[in-house]
Amino acid sequence: MSSNPFDFEQPIAELDALISEFKRTAEDPASRQDALQRGIDIEEEIARVERKREEIMRQVFTNLTPWNEVQMARHEQRPYTLDYISLLCDEFVELHGDRVNADDPAIVGGLARFAGRSVIVIGHQKGRDLKERQLRNFGSARPAGFRKALRLMKLAEKFHKPVITFVDTPAAEANLMAEEEGISQTIAINMREMTLLKIPIIVAIIGEGGSGGALGIAMGDRIVMLEHAIYSVIPPESCAAILKEFGRDRARAPEAADALKLTAQNAFRFGVVDEVISEPPGGAHRNVPAIAAATKSAILKHLTEIEKIPIDALLEQRYMRYRRMGVWEESLPAAESPPD
Amino acid sequence: MTRGSWFHKQRRSAAPRKDIPTGLWVKCPHCGDILFARDVERNLSVCPKCEYHHRLSARSRLDMLVDEGSFEEFDSQVISCDPLEFPGYREKLEHARQETQMTDALLNGYAKIGGRPILISITDFSFIGGSMGSVVGEKLARIMERSVDERLPLALITANGGGARMYEGLLSLMQMAKTSAAASKMHQNAIPYIVILTDPTMAGVYASYASLGDIILAEPGALIGFAGKRVGNQDLGAKLPDDFQTSEFQFRCGMIDQIVHRKELRSTLSAILSLIQKDSSDVL
Repeated sequence: MSSNPFDFEQPIAELDALISEFKRTAEDPASRQDALQRGIDIEEEIARVERKREEIMRQVFTNLTPWNEVQMARHEQRPYTLDYISLLCDEFVELHGDRVNADDPAIVGGLARFAGRSVIVIGHQKGRDLKERQLRNFGSARPAGFRKALRLMKLAEKFHKPVITFVDTPAAEANLMAEEEGISQTIAINMREMTLLKIPIIVAIIGEGGSGGALGIAMGDRIVMLEHAIYSVIPPESCAAILKEFGRDRARAPEAADALKLTAQNAFRFGVVDEVISEPPGGAHRNVPAIAAATKSAILKHLTEIEKIPIDALLEQRYMRYRRMGVWEESLPAAESPPD
Repeated sequence: MTRGSWFHKQRRSAAPRKDIPTGLWVKCPHCGDILFARDVERNLSVCPKCEYHHRLSARSRLDMLVDEGSFEEFDSQVISCDPLEFPGYREKLEHARQETQMTDALLNGYAKIGGRPILISITDFSFIGGSMGSVVGEKLARIMERSVDERLPLALITANGGGARMYEGLLSLMQMAKTSAAASKMHQNAIPYIVILTDPTMAGVYASYASLGDIILAEPGALIGFAGKRVGNQDLGAKLPDDFQTSEFQFRCGMIDQIVHRKELRSTLSAILSLIQKDSSDVL
């Protein structure tokens, strides 16, 4: 199935190849007859190998390392934001431009109908082929992208539409132009404004939750995360390259991935996400309708819950969600009093 | 501990650092001149030859910025643990505490500038590069909420090499969200929030609370930017201006209100505070 399977996908890919070969045989009357004469029931063979594949898939995927999860999150066949929008929403009108000077194709957004209600959807968009990857800048948004996202969120607030965002970015763009146009400013402002936005916000981490570039559209009332998505403060390669604990060696990224605790289960454990959505065996890309249905039902469940909460209470909850983030200790209660 | 003994300790333990003038003689990391350490120190740790602004400890900053004796620290009891059990983090924390005599990278407290009460929060670069983990985030959130509760302006001085503290993984990333959320409270309540960017201010810090000041000042020549060279996901080498990711570059791009020489920082801050705060003579 995959053109370039990862090592851990190799046994599955081999069975994939076998199954497609059997299927070709089954479709060709001559070969089918030939097989029958040799006492082979081709349908049964296919079913047998498919069962075998399921079993291997289960084995492989219950033992993924954090680095495997990084690879899965970056899988080139993984469904992207526009796939989810088209599968989860009944209508979609894409809206473009930051109203300053550009339209950033690395972030898409627009009006959509989701489970009967109109919403604003926003998400990072990666490209499928080389050309589109370049156009989408590999999902790395520049300031114009974050400004477009904020503009659409303000539109949502103005017309009382909930916001649904899809997060899938390696990182925000960091080149000269991004710096000149204030990439840091735009991310910071988005986070501040998303704290105050007077409409419900649901965030779905569908692939790579790449540090500040993710956060620029990832603050909300409920955060859901796909099983094989990652959420990290830094790419594991960069972490390995910086820290002497990993010999300042990019090649030791798998160790850094482990240390960074960047998996969905960890994000759930740290209270950063509210729900981890299980992926079909072999990952989201192996059964796109199934992952779309699961994602839709999770988003709908959370949206239905938060839509009932009065907006002031919702904003207070949102504030507290972030206010509580982190783990620290309080030592000796030093006597403190304000100066008079 | 008295301030005098603290300085003594600092001078002794910080000997190998290039960023803090130590010993009798010091080599300016910018112009390379060998300078008499006391001359540099007397000059607010600015190189008398090339005007290079040396990095300062949080305590030394305090001394040159606020009214003498006006500082009262709070939140020092908030301390870091090692939630990820990240390789080497515990040792780093221990070492940093020993070396800086601080509980973490941030110093929070009450102070006065020109007789005006403010809240002040200063990052110390020598504590794990001034990076933002859960404690820095929590202390920032606390001082921001305090500024709203007590309606006091907040002056915040940054000095964070790597931005978020990666030893705390996703939890450190979330401090960007947390501090930006807390800054929204000040924003809503019109509490003056003045940020002073010093060398270096990068990544997760620059892309969160440090960029949300009502007024943003910077010291000359400071390294200020989004992605450090080793973090960037692509080659930044092509045709970068010489002053890429400096105060001057960010000023030119419209990200900073003023670049202020260290010797004018106190008076500039004092002027801003007196002009921005509500005054009985205000018409509105």
